[in-house]
Amino acid sequence: MRTGLRKWSLLLGAAAFFALPLTSWAQLSTADIASRDNMEAHIGNLTGHVNARSTYDYKRYCVSCHGDLGDGNGEVAQWLDPPMWPKPRDFQMGVFKCRSTLTGSLPTDEDLFDTIARGLDRSAMPQWSQFTKQQRADLVAYVKHFSPRFVTEKPGTPITIPPEPEVTPERIKAGREVFARVQCWKCHGVQGMANGPSASTLTDDLGRPIAPFNFTEGSRPKCGDTDRDIYKIFMTGLDGTPMPSFADNIKPDEAWDLVFYLRTFMQGASKAKELAKTMDLKPVNPNP
Amino acid sequence: MTRRYHFGAVLSAIVLLCCGALILGQKVNAAGEGSITGTVKLDGPAPHMRGIDMSKDPYCVKQHASNPAHLETWVVGSGGGVADTVLYLDGWSGAAQTETSVPVFDQKDCMYTPHVLALDTNQEFKVVTSDQTAHNIHPLPNPMINVGWNQSQPPGAPPVTKAWKNPEVIPVQCNIHPWMHGWFVVVKGPYAVSDDSGHYTINNVPPGSYTVKAWHEPDEAQTQKVTVAAGGSATADFTLKAK
Ligand code: HEC
Ligand code: HEC
Repeated sequence: MRTGLRKWSLLLGAAAFFALPLTSWAQLSTADIASRDNMEAHIGNLTGHVNARSTYDYKRYCVSCHGDLGDGNGEVAQWLDPPMWPKPRDFQMGVFKCRSTLTGSLPTDEDLFDTIARGLDRSAMPQWSQFTKQQRADLVAYVKHFSPRFVTEKPGTPITIPPEPEVTPERIKAGREVFARVQCWKCHGVQGMANGPSASTLTDDLGRPIAPFNFTEGSRPKCGDTDRDIYKIFMTGLDGTPMPSFADNIKPDEAWDLVFYLRTFMQGASKAKELAKTMDLKPVNPNP
Repeated sequence: MTRRYHFGAVLSAIVLLCCGALILGQKVNAAGEGSITGTVKLDGPAPHMRGIDMSKDPYCVKQHASNPAHLETWVVGSGGGVADTVLYLDGWSGAAQTETSVPVFDQKDCMYTPHVLALDTNQEFKVVTSDQTAHNIHPLPNPMINVGWNQSQPPGAPPVTKAWKNPEVIPVQCNIHPWMHGWFVVVKGPYAVSDDSGHYTINNVPPGSYTVKAWHEPDEAQTQKVTVAAGGSATADFTLKAK
């Protein structure tokens, strides 16, 4: 924690130093937002609407952080300080971290539906698993109606994830090679401890300091903790953050290898972690 | 009144000429289109450009062992000419350009080449990497205007081909190498970027009166009115001030 703090103050300094001149994003009017109150969300055979129920739920459960206009300026926002506490999302921008779709495209309604239930780890965004599915579907429509993007664009097509192969020592080794080749370690560090050479200067799209994911400390990825979720995370990237998409540079089969290698860093029990104990896995060499 | 009549006559002449050119299957710009040319200079001495500390990445340091890297905010030639200024026609309402070129934005020696890439709306461009270190290419448009994205480009990565829908000055950065800053300047219609001596020529300008706008980072913008005669060349020189 102590060294963490020091790192953050360094990081803040660096961020201020390198910060790009920020354009202030346009703030939409209530009338503009209301013009989209026929927004729908489709999850399986559920249809979500902007209706009395979702309006009530949003005002009761979400407004304190995300604000009346969905701009992330709820009254709690001022107390949240990145990078420890990312600011509530501005829904007007239509930019989302957790997507099954390629970088630069909108998430699917299912993506938002899952995110709302899951919450976002390492942030103030709680889990909302207590809601009924219909309530959540309605909230998806409600979140979408803040952004004109959901009218002008279609969500992206979810990436295809091939079935998960059997974990083997060869695959773990191959995954280590991918980790070295595409250089995840530049940000995440050679042991996944969020201490790569570029970690200290990272900022999100609004110039706020942000830390890479630390694989080793037991926290869950924001966008899901299954093997498929992790596959999806590095293939699509977390839009609005430095975490890029690798879809053009990692082949599907290699992507599974990489998932297995990442598992060897992570605390939860996994077959990859068991196998790794029997292998002599050294961290990748950053300067071969 | 007579002016307007004159303009109308010129306009119909152009339309006729263009139609003729199209029918003959020739390049439209062979007809009445002119150009705007000039020089962009800096008022006062060239600001000092700080050297860049690339010690985060030994590969980058090695690339600059014999040619130290400097910030590229102001690239000023010996005659005071300013490079990387984008010149375009403010309020252009002509037809969409048929852009045939696909400009390349290269990540080379841990810098962006060019530092400023001007583009027409919907014009495709390619992002490539010449480096043996990983980059991520992360443009930061205002999400209300254009849609951003963020892609990794490790050594040997295939090119990323993209285009921007709407006019905007878009900063681009690499999060791995935070000193890497560049710009996509998206405009409507014909444009040019000043070269190392500050010269520029905007080609394919149909005859008419225009406001030429000169943009220079971070937010300097000046305008000048010019009139381009059919097949002629107008001049607009600019003098910028470094803030
Ligand atoms: C206590 C504050 C808080 C409350 C209450 C809250 N959120 Fe959030 N929410 C956040 C924060 C902070 C983020 C951004 C987290 C991040 O960027 O890592 C966020 C992000 C989101 C995102 C973006 C997910 C993505 O993929 O980028 C969605 C969608 C969302 N919240 C929906 C909701 C909904 C719906 C509710 C009400 C049911 C709600 N939130 C209530 C704090 C909150
Ligand atoms: C330019 C720096 C950078 C690079 C390179 C990078 N990441 Fe990340 N990564 C980040 C940041 C920053 C976050 C945290 C995003 C957030 O919290 O919103 C992150 C988050 C993650 C997460 C957790 C996402 C979540 O849902 O919480 C995973 C998993 C991940 N990265 C995997 C990878 C892998 C695998 C690679 C290489 C293939 C990689 N990253 C390359 C910066 C980077």
